[in-house]
Amino acid sequence: MAGEPNASVRNVGQQRTVEIIRMVLLPLVQLALFIVGSAVVLGLIIVVVAFLLSRSDPMLFQTALAILPQVMIDGVVRGFLFATIALGYTMVYGVLEFINFAHGEIFMVGGFVGAGVGYLMQQIGLLTILPPLLFVLITVLAGMTVSGLLAMTTERIAYRPLRGAPRLVPLISAIGMSLVLQDLVRLIATSTPLGFNARFETPDFGQAIKLAEIPLGERSMPVMISPKAIIFITVAVLMLIALNYLVNATRLGKAIRATAQDMSTASLMGVNVNQIIALTFLIGGALGGAAGVLFGLNIGTVNPYMGFIPGIKAFTAAVLGGIGNITGAMVGGIVLGFLEAFVSSYLSMFTGGKFSGASYADIAAFSILILILIFRPSGLLGEAVTQKV
Amino acid sequence: MTTPRPAPDPWTQLRARLSSGPGGYVFLSLYAALCTGLLLLNTRTSLLTDILFILFMLLALVVYRSQVALGFKLGLGGVLFGLVLPYFGVLNPYYIDVATQAGIYAVLALGLNVVVGFAGLLDLGYVAFYAVGAYLWSIFSTPQIANLFAGAAPIASGWFYAFILLGLAIGAGFGVLLGLPVLRLRGDYLAIVTLGFGEVIRVLAVNLDKPINLTNGAQGIKDIGRPPLPLADFVRGTLGWTLDDNQLYQLFFYLLVLVILLLTVTAVSRLKHSRVGRAWEAIREDETAAIAQGIPLVRMKLMAFAVGASFAGMMGVVFAAKQLFINPPTFDLLRSISILSMVILGGLGSIPGVILGAVLVTLLDLQILPRIATVLRDAQKAGLPIPAAFDPTQYQRLLFGLLLIVMMIFRPEGILPEQRRREALHANEDTGTPEA
Repeated sequence: MAGEPNASVRNVGQQRTVEIIRMVLLPLVQLALFIVGSAVVLGLIIVVVAFLLSRSDPMLFQTALAILPQVMIDGVVRGFLFATIALGYTMVYGVLEFINFAHGEIFMVGGFVGAGVGYLMQQIGLLTILPPLLFVLITVLAGMTVSGLLAMTTERIAYRPLRGAPRLVPLISAIGMSLVLQDLVRLIATSTPLGFNARFETPDFGQAIKLAEIPLGERSMPVMISPKAIIFITVAVLMLIALNYLVNATRLGKAIRATAQDMSTASLMGVNVNQIIALTFLIGGALGGAAGVLFGLNIGTVNPYMGFIPGIKAFTAAVLGGIGNITGAMVGGIVLGFLEAFVSSYLSMFTGGKFSGASYADIAAFSILILILIFRPSGLLGEAVTQKV
Repeated sequence: MTTPRPAPDPWTQLRARLSSGPGGYVFLSLYAALCTGLLLLNTRTSLLTDILFILFMLLALVVYRSQVALGFKLGLGGVLFGLVLPYFGVLNPYYIDVATQAGIYAVLALGLNVVVGFAGLLDLGYVAFYAVGAYLWSIFSTPQIANLFAGAAPIASGWFYAFILLGLAIGAGFGVLLGLPVLRLRGDYLAIVTLGFGEVIRVLAVNLDKPINLTNGAQGIKDIGRPPLPLADFVRGTLGWTLDDNQLYQLFFYLLVLVILLLTVTAVSRLKHSRVGRAWEAIREDETAAIAQGIPLVRMKLMAFAVGASFAGMMGVVFAAKQLFINPPTFDLLRSISILSMVILGGLGSIPGVILGAVLVTLLDLQILPRIATVLRDAQKAGLPIPAAFDPTQYQRLLFGLLLIVMMIFRPEGILPEQRRREALHANEDTGTPEA
């Protein structure tokens, strides 16, 4: 391991191990707390609102309660999606103070790579004989490699020449990069058998697992979770652990943090800043790519424009959690995911179908972004940053 | 160390001779006459006419850049765009439509330029204000209005002119509405929030068919009212031109847009050189220093949002009446980005630059890309290996994206830059200090 120069001194070594374990576990505990916390708070709100509305419609209260566990599970899955994408935004922002607008497209490219690998496997007949977990491993690794390298390339082409320019200049370049990637992928996808709406071929993951059955009048409401969603959450948690270890407990992580804190001082201390920035893009891109693969796997199709909205929402999540803060990005993603799941499930129920929840979930996400930026720009976990003059 | 100034190269000499003095007048008149003559001889839609039309549009730039008397410039411009182009439009309606679109985009780009170029606030949801204006007129001039006020009939089309002003006011109102919450935000956050605002307006346009049907949802609103044609009898009777209503409307909207464009240019350039414009510039260059100078930051930023949005609101009304049909995808993010790329291509903050950018991007989008598509299709029929699925007109994102990246890397100040911005952008290169 790279980061253990004092392994011979037992005491120090032990201390260090404990420290590493704490650094890796602490974010997980925080995350778990936030999952439980937002579930409880939002659940209570729903219960109260449903109770108030139940005077006019007695069935409403029961129905609202019966779907609550399912909504929470959906919220967690959605939350982990935003969280994994948000990690890429937050890492780049932490180092460069720059919104990598094209990150949603990096995510989308990951999804396409996964779909491409799935298609190839289907063509050569591997899909039926491959164990599902191995399939996930292969596609995720492929997606991570391509997306990571792509993110590094975009940095080299479109952002590095603009370092030191006024803030808006690299941002505009990133917007351009986002559009270019969308159409390049579209061009490639439509001239291959994948097509614009590419099917994500997967081995059979089996039926959704029924966790519980909630009685509701004569019928009953099942609480389901699909194996794909479990894989998604597991991989996301593993990635968070790996990333926390990398950033907090290795020499490379130290270099990344040093660069984030002060680029010129870091370079005086012997850190190769350009290399670190490229690596940051590589890591962030790889995480985004993995998220793309897992998303495609879950949804079943990918298309070239699918990265945009999740990208913006993931950015919202990163801001919500405190941009630049890795655990914050995860927490923000979870909270946002919960919120969206609740709005899209309950809004139309509570308004008697007058407003369709799914469309207003987008509006809810953007409203959150605006509210957070106005009232707590440092986010849930971030520290207040004063602007350098 | 002083070196003797090198003698100007022949190209510079030629340019100087052709752009000023008697040579200038002769050159401009000849160029104008040549373009006009060739254009009027080739009225069929073809590659040649395309090229002539582009040369004709760029004539405005040549006239603008030359150093001849202002009266001559204005006179020539008036003849070319007030008489020649409408006449050509009668002969071939396709090109005048392109010119009208270019004019609409020029006004929009000038409005966005107030926010982005003058005040330095990157707005990625600008098209939202355009949508507000367009939906305003669409709802009030069609039976949709009955859903808002029970039993109300669509208002008379003569109210169109009043609604242009109303669009201006409502656009400004929405500008303030967006401006208020985002005032405290720094540049890049502001960009994302405005983007979110743009999306919210679009999502609302899709979804406000419930609980009351205001926008008719994704189907959009059709049969939007057109203003009564002025001077229709004069044109048909006295001039004796046999034109149907559609042709007359095309001429009408072209001239209307031209008038609005002229008014906008006047308003924007007066604003730029006013106290307000200088305050915006100060905010753009350094917010903290601007506050220290006693500039009322809140009021000035709100004003920038309001002024920028008002042009879009006004143009939205005109666009809806011209197009007769609007639906939510007309106002998606790509539209905002295309307007932004016009501003950036021409030169942030520079009024002639922004107009040039709008004309260039519109020509590229509406004329050059379709033309390339036709050429490619012909080549494909001739047996060249070109994938059938590739249609350049469908790759606007690629075009705008490349445009933005290339401009940012190689010429961030734009084609016709504003003097002060060019200095600011190149001052950094010498010292190499990153901006905080």
